[in-house]
Amino acid sequence: MEKFLDVAIAGLLLGGLYALIAMGLSLQYGVARVLNVAHGEFIMLGGMTTWTLFTVFHINPLLSIVVAGPIAFFLGFIIHRTLFKKLLNSSPNQGIFESNSMLASFGLMYIVQNIAFIAWNPNIRGYSYLQHPVDILGALFGANRLVTLGFAILIGIVFYLFLARTRMGKAIRAAASDPTTADLMGVNINLVLAICFGLGAAMAGVAGVLISICYPVHASMGMEYTIIAIIVVVLGGMGSIPGSFIGGFILGIIGSIVAYIEPGLVIVAYYVIFILLLLVRPTGILGK
Amino acid sequence: MQTLIIIINIIALVFTGWFIDWALRHDKKKKMLVPGILVLALIVIAALPFYGSTYSMILMTSILMYIILTVSWTLFSGPTGYISLAPAAFFGVGIYTSAILGKHYPIISVVIIGGLISFCLAVLVGALTLRLRGIYFAIFTFGLVQLMSAFLLWYEIKFTGTRGRFVVVINNQTIFYIMLVIFISLLITSYFIRRSKYGLALQSIGQYEEAAAHIGINVTAIKIVVFAISALFMGMAGAIMATRWTYVDPYSAFDSFISFLPVLMAIFGGMRQFYGPVLGACIFAYLEELLLTKFPYYYKLSFGIVLVAVILYLPDGLVGLIQTLRNRISRGRNAIFS
Repeated sequence: MEKFLDVAIAGLLLGGLYALIAMGLSLQYGVARVLNVAHGEFIMLGGMTTWTLFTVFHINPLLSIVVAGPIAFFLGFIIHRTLFKKLLNSSPNQGIFESNSMLASFGLMYIVQNIAFIAWNPNIRGYSYLQHPVDILGALFGANRLVTLGFAILIGIVFYLFLARTRMGKAIRAAASDPTTADLMGVNINLVLAICFGLGAAMAGVAGVLISICYPVHASMGMEYTIIAIIVVVLGGMGSIPGSFIGGFILGIIGSIVAYIEPGLVIVAYYVIFILLLLVRPTGILGK
Repeated sequence: MQTLIIIINIIALVFTGWFIDWALRHDKKKKMLVPGILVLALIVIAALPFYGSTYSMILMTSILMYIILTVSWTLFSGPTGYISLAPAAFFGVGIYTSAILGKHYPIISVVIIGGLISFCLAVLVGALTLRLRGIYFAIFTFGLVQLMSAFLLWYEIKFTGTRGRFVVVINNQTIFYIMLVIFISLLITSYFIRRSKYGLALQSIGQYEEAAAHIGINVTAIKIVVFAISALFMGMAGAIMATRWTYVDPYSAFDSFISFLPVLMAIFGGMRQFYGPVLGACIFAYLEELLLTKFPYYYKLSFGIVLVAVILYLPDGLVGLIQTLRNRISRGRNAIFS
């Protein structure tokens, strides 16, 4: 029973992180229709920046969120404005745009990753922050994990309210369901898409900061998180915020169960779930 | 001198690719000049071990490998528009066939078995992924490569206790000739597929899959067969290439970069004409040779930049660029004479 609780809580903590990573990608694919494979690279940039700020300038990692978020937003915004907007205009239909933008984001992935290799070299970096253990129902967990989960849930709720209650949120939802009509109704569609892409990148940046608090970071870590984000998004349904959380927690719990039985097979289990899911229900749990 | 030899060989290879375009266009007219040049080009390539250095032979083997990957990728993905990111899976299957069977059987049979296992895997994957369209197919095939590498790594550490395997070494000349034979048989296969009704069926699948199904094309069967044929050649290339690397592990054998190379090379060269992918593969393979060992990060950085730039500015690749230039020149000429 105690073991079960251990595994379940570890799964929830991991799941919160996965949900946060997936939310950004879900937004980018759900609204801007870009399956941004470079998503993990923004996570990596967030993590590496935090590491640099912490070890060189002794800046509190939680404070780095304020730096990493806006910078990532700005980068994402610019990238959509220059690259994906041009692709959107030159693609004859949505299917071709999705393929082309995916390939372009693969290009982006190689660009960001190798700039990071040149800037930071491939060494694994880590620092310790908030690592004192906290007792939850008899199981011990680092305080940093709890902070991460707290932030993931906080960001999820704030973002959900933003989508549901604000004018901009309404414009984003309109753009997601029908871009052409939204455009005719006076929504500045290019601006909305660029903002969505930027918000997705900002979430990745923030997730990177939180990941660097819990795990070691390195320049080639991006791909792993991109894949997890894609799996969670496919699991929960593309473009659904609650879906990202459900998918994230499911994957987190499965991950911690498999890690308990056979640690070498965690990634394999993720792929098996992913492939089965694509075959059985490609629209995901909450997808339409 | 070595550079000159390699450039001449690359020109001969691109010409060989262009010959398929020519043969597809001039089916009825029999002109002897072009086939004559083709024979000459093939002799130049095949005789390389007799006049070139070992280095140029090794480089040509890599160039041939990239051409095989790119042309066989284009065979399926070019006309249908399905972006397959599975080349690394089929290539890796070939590599591991060679690593496991290489010590016991002659190399020719290992290469053929490697190709056949890839073929079977592709039939399985094709049958499973039929319902997936667009980017879902791309993600599935991408995930497949990662799955195989993760599973194999777990298996090797758990059951064999080692990470990698040693592959039996074979002399460079044999590798070169086997690669050349695979290349030529790939060209012949592509030619016959393009010329047959199956080539037309593939193109109609790419343009409008439902319509293709409605006019009586067995969409499923054709997609699976052509996908599997392209995998056959990738597996064979992997099986022979492994003997040159001598040591393989799951990460190097199933490297997703191998999946992207053919995509980039084909898009960069242009898929409208047959020689486009050949040209793209030659240029990138040569670039890799120049940059990879000295500046690996800059090589992959340039890879990313070129990928983005080509998608943005050269949707038809170099071939499209050449045709635009040619049209502009001929239009200019007409303007003068008319």
